[in-house]
Amino acid sequence: MNTELDQQAPAAISLRGLGKRYGQKIAVNGISLDVPAGSFYGLVGPNGAGKTTALSMATGMLRPDAGQAFVHGVDVWKDTRQAKKLLGVLADGVRLFDRLSGRQLVTYSGLLRGMDAAMVAQRTDDLLRVLDLEEAGGKLVVDYSAGMTKKIALATALIHSPRVLVLDEPFEAVDPVSAANIRDILADYVHHGGTVVVSSHVMDLVQRMCSHVAIISDGNLLAAGTVDEVRGEGSLEDTFVEMVGGRAEGGGLSWLHTS
Amino acid sequence: MVAHLLRLKLALLRNGFRRSPWQLVGVILGGLYGLGLAVMLFVAMFFLGDQPAEFITTVLVLAVSLVTLGWAIIPVLVSGVDLTLDPSRFTSFTIPPRELVVGLLLSGFIGVPGMVTLLLFAGQGLAWRADPGLAVLGLVCGVLAALFVLALSRLTVTAATALTSNRRFREVGTIILFVPLIMLGPIIQTAMQGIEHGLSWLPRVATVLGWTPLGSFAAVPGDAAAGAWGTAALRLLLSLAYLAVTVWAWQVSLMRALETPREQSGGTRDVAGLGTFRFFPATPWGAVAARCLTYWFKDPRYAMSIIMVPLIPIFIWFMFGRDGDFTAMLFIAPIIAVLMAFSISADVSYDNTAFSLHVLTGVRGIDDRLGRVAACAVFTVPTVLIAAIVPAVLMGELSMLPSILGLSLGALGAGWAVSSIASARYTYAVPLPGDNPMKTPPGAGARMALTQLATFGTTAALVLPEIVLHIVFLVTGQELYAWLVLFTGVVLGAGLLLLGLRIGGRWFDSRAPELMQATVLNR
Repeated sequence: MNTELDQQAPAAISLRGLGKRYGQKIAVNGISLDVPAGSFYGLVGPNGAGKTTALSMATGMLRPDAGQAFVHGVDVWKDTRQAKKLLGVLADGVRLFDRLSGRQLVTYSGLLRGMDAAMVAQRTDDLLRVLDLEEAGGKLVVDYSAGMTKKIALATALIHSPRVLVLDEPFEAVDPVSAANIRDILADYVHHGGTVVVSSHVMDLVQRMCSHVAIISDGNLLAAGTVDEVRGEGSLEDTFVEMVGGRAEGGGLSWLHTS
Repeated sequence: MVAHLLRLKLALLRNGFRRSPWQLVGVILGGLYGLGLAVMLFVAMFFLGDQPAEFITTVLVLAVSLVTLGWAIIPVLVSGVDLTLDPSRFTSFTIPPRELVVGLLLSGFIGVPGMVTLLLFAGQGLAWRADPGLAVLGLVCGVLAALFVLALSRLTVTAATALTSNRRFREVGTIILFVPLIMLGPIIQTAMQGIEHGLSWLPRVATVLGWTPLGSFAAVPGDAAAGAWGTAALRLLLSLAYLAVTVWAWQVSLMRALETPREQSGGTRDVAGLGTFRFFPATPWGAVAARCLTYWFKDPRYAMSIIMVPLIPIFIWFMFGRDGDFTAMLFIAPIIAVLMAFSISADVSYDNTAFSLHVLTGVRGIDDRLGRVAACAVFTVPTVLIAAIVPAVLMGELSMLPSILGLSLGALGAGWAVSSIASARYTYAVPLPGDNPMKTPPGAGARMALTQLATFGTTAALVLPEIVLHIVFLVTGQELYAWLVLFTGVVLGAGLLLLGLRIGGRWFDSRAPELMQATVLNR
């Protein structure tokens, strides 16, 4: 075992050789990664790099073929229910129970976790207010806009006051004002000891918002550490493009030049 | 451009096969079925050729009218003209409207239903084989009629879509339209009786239909056969006008729909407070039950099952009650029990990826299973009790009541047990949330049929004790056995249900992530 790591305070999330393959294609190639408690961790990578697969395995949604995942020292795949209590997850590309109203959906998420009714009601009110969804609370989620849907999904992930938040593409389709509000909530959450992991492919956002970053490409972990360590002298975007490669060299679209 | 569109349709079809072999199987089975139908009807039309011309005309006009009507109505109900080539996908290309319309229209022939219709309609020539000239006329009119049919079905679907941009309206509409479709059996049966009693009015109906868009093309050769060339020419002209107007109207409505894409509006009233959540305990299973109950009434895919319930007695009345013997009405309750218990067997498939919330919250399997059964029980138990008691009382068959109740409750318990286990293990592609409940996802057929057959079979096997006791009761006429059925039904049903919840719960606990991934595949 890796004694050096174990002696430190247990990381919020640690992945050990986490791997998954679909037929011939290796989606995640044995990733080991530590997300320090209290960090705001960005997970970046091109489309199809394995971000969502890795996060799904770390949060108990997809059983890994190899390796382990721990949340504050709790093995996600051995002590699943305990690990899920510590986790709040906003999954990307899944539906919601959208025939419920926003208020019902958040309540549902609380009650499913076995919380008592009064606390669920109190926190649902708070969440709807902070996320600016008070008026829409009675509307069916199916009639929400894309941004509102993201926000209500975030509320379902927050209601049980998790110690670690894992957000897959939280800012997609969210308007700038709501995005700023969400960032404030997350920053406050981290400030008070929570840990946030976000996946994104907006480098700027990650550089501004996150304390740490990991770069994944083709199922491999290319770099991990504080944002400053990873980006060095350049911007995160430059570092990312350099590591991942795939920039088209020369030979632009000359016929597209209209002048 | 037209050729482009046709090639695109073929390519899409081919790629669909590559993605799912089941879809290929489905198309092949459909194709064989269509081919069989076509051959049978070809033979029928061949022998029809020996009949007098008036008779041929009557039969062909009626048949063509019926098929045309079917093409106009069924795609609206099933909301599926095949949208492999969804017109709205072409908005961003500058395709001349006329070419788009012609291309889309002709692409309708690529596919089993379109091809079979074309073959059959063209086959009308066979019925007129006595005179080669007439046969050619019949063939030409048939092809034109097939074209008209496709255009008409496109028009009705486009028009209906424009009417129903409101989600609530659309959902309610689909369900209401679904009723006559279910009742099609009884309706046709009644109509058949009418035909047996007096065929005399049919030729008159055919004469009228021959002037309407439904059957005008099919009536043209009849005029020619009668030597009324003037009428024939007039009718052909009229038919072509119908065709032109239909294509034009479709083009107009299509272009309007493309230029101003319909606005999705909800139009539901707000939910005050927590809705159904107030009626259940604030526990995980209570929450699941409340959520499911909401879905029973708000999701058309579930609401459809509820609509079925009042239709079952009507259906049985028509099927079995014609000779004045209404004994079958006593068995409404067990039938409803089986169907309703079965209806939650695809619950996780219906949740689709929203099921991820159950996985992420780590809800215990037993709570998930129990909640789903509880929601179903809320309205199923009273319904089954009423369905058992009312017919027995009305028919004065009170001695049957204990036995019927026993059968119903036993079937409910066994059915829920099987459903609880099945939905924790098997998912299959069902209509997606928000989709038309009548739409069958491509390639779902085989797997769905297999799962459903297994669930029904297992349920039947588990209710066997009650069924045997019931038969003993019927044979011996001793009331003791009726009460034994009731006793067995309650005890065995409850026992099986508990067992089913336990096993389903345990499977759920160990396989929740796999279940979740299966719903992702069905997306």
